[in-house]
Amino acid sequence: MTLAANAVRWLAGRKVIVDGVSVSVEPGQTLGLIGPNGSGKSSLIRLLAGLRAPAEGDVLLDARKISGFGRRELARRVAVVEQHSMTEANVTVLDVVKLGRTPHRSALSPWTGADDDIVEDALVRVGLTDRRDQFWHTLSGGERQRVQLARALAQSPSVLILDEPTNHLDIQHQIDILRLVEDLSITTVVAIHDLNLAARFCDRIAVLSEGKLVTCGTPAEILTEELIADVFGVEAHVSTSAHHGRLHIQFLM
Amino acid sequence: MTSSRIRPWVVGTAGVLLVLAALLVAMIAGVAIGEMTIPMKTTAAAVTNRLGLTDIPVPRIQEAVIWDYRLSRSLVAAFCGAGLALSGAILQSLLRNPLAEPYVLGISAGASTGAVSVMLLGLGAGAISLSVGAFVGALLAFAFVVMLASGRQTADRTILAGVAASQLFNALTSYIVSTSANAEQARSVMFWLLGSFAGVRWPDVALAASVVSIGLVVCIWHSRALDAFTFGEDAARSLGIAVGRVRVVLLLVTALMTATMVSMVGAIGFVGLVIPHAARFIVGPGHMRLLPACALVGALFMVVADIVSRIIIAPQVLPIGVVTALVGVPFFSVILYRARRVA
Repeated sequence: MTLAANAVRWLAGRKVIVDGVSVSVEPGQTLGLIGPNGSGKSSLIRLLAGLRAPAEGDVLLDARKISGFGRRELARRVAVVEQHSMTEANVTVLDVVKLGRTPHRSALSPWTGADDDIVEDALVRVGLTDRRDQFWHTLSGGERQRVQLARALAQSPSVLILDEPTNHLDIQHQIDILRLVEDLSITTVVAIHDLNLAARFCDRIAVLSEGKLVTCGTPAEILTEELIADVFGVEAHVSTSAHHGRLHIQFLM
Repeated sequence: MTSSRIRPWVVGTAGVLLVLAALLVAMIAGVAIGEMTIPMKTTAAAVTNRLGLTDIPVPRIQEAVIWDYRLSRSLVAAFCGAGLALSGAILQSLLRNPLAEPYVLGISAGASTGAVSVMLLGLGAGAISLSVGAFVGALLAFAFVVMLASGRQTADRTILAGVAASQLFNALTSYIVSTSANAEQARSVMFWLLGSFAGVRWPDVALAASVVSIGLVVCIWHSRALDAFTFGEDAARSLGIAVGRVRVVLLLVTALMTATMVSMVGAIGFVGLVIPHAARFIVGPGHMRLLPACALVGALFMVVADIVSRIIIAPQVLPIGVVTALVGVPFFSVILYRARRVA
């Protein structure tokens, strides 16, 4: 599915957080959102996920306005992994992943074998099959993100939206999560801090600054030394990695 | 291990039957125990006579005490416990706050104010009943708490807003009682405010039964949605839950159940707090099982609490709120302490 934002604007009180941003992501592609803290990444993510309604502009899913979708209809197509997931409830890994089936079931419809298969498949994908009975509050940050990813996969979405899924994870778990997402080959939007990871895992990157879209393109087109200096205010050296052929960004400090 | 594992549904069914049996025993005890000593045989006969099953001669007065006073009282206690426990479970899940319950959030206080306004001030000029007054009061308290705690809804803010609401509405109630009631009224209102099943009769049973049954059905209908609230409102929304609608419906149902109970038996605290936690401990956090479990365990708890309130200083009756608070406050402290450690 194609997901697109068309000149969306969003305000918190009177403050403009997202200011006329247009981005789109083609089926099966991964769009990365980068930008400094407070540049509007998370807000744009919420608009794209339909969790907030834009004050102006539209979000389109296959050229149809998402405001025209029913909540459940949308949740069967678009799954979201938030930056932090917190709960006081004493839920297990399996309980959480099963939540992903919520939009596919009506209020009292029974749990089916097909639901079981989908949940099992999601657990296999994130490598947590043997942890299914473990309690949420005993999991590490990386495991929690994998559980949430499995929950999102259990939604059987066509579009996956992730808000800084690698935040607070160590480097190994950062790469694990992004590899998992890469292997899914569904339409993905991911807000991400680490420019090297963005360059490595995204097909296209949109750069945000102060709520506005600075530029959008392939990593090689836009991750230039000038842009990094302009937007992030740091001096960097950009080269092509001899190892994986993608961009490699070194910060000069 | 050679022994095969027992299937979960067997354990579940056995648990339900066990609690039902305990509830039945407690209700029988509730009917049999009282100021007037009536033999068990007579008690049983009085009940079966009225149910049209038997026609055993029983002294009129004894039959009346059994049927009109004690049985109705036990039934109201059961429904009241179920309704309050259910309300607590819903509020805890919806507000994602382990300390939420109608009493702590000041909703019971609001309902009391509403009921007292109708009772003593004659608000509504007889056109509205005590229950309606209580319902309006409960909604006002709810609105007050939601307004104060809006924005970043953290656990502390919601509870603080609840404290403010409790203080405000209790003050209003006291003001109304001090200015508008004579000594006799004031005494009975104060006793009623602490919770008392003394005055309930069969029409109360009918009201409590219908409100709690409707509440239970509506809540169970929303149990999937409540599960989806595990990780907060945005997470629920992204799972396809119409968050706004679910919130309004469930908060209204909670207010209705609380208001009905308060208008009937006064503000009874901590049942809505203790029971959901106990039930969660037994059946886990899934609402499809948790909500019926809350209703059952809540009913059992309240019937037992009512019996305790009647025998502990017999022949006098302790306000039921005193009994539940004596159990509830230590429990509340433990949760508060644990919540602090987790955060």
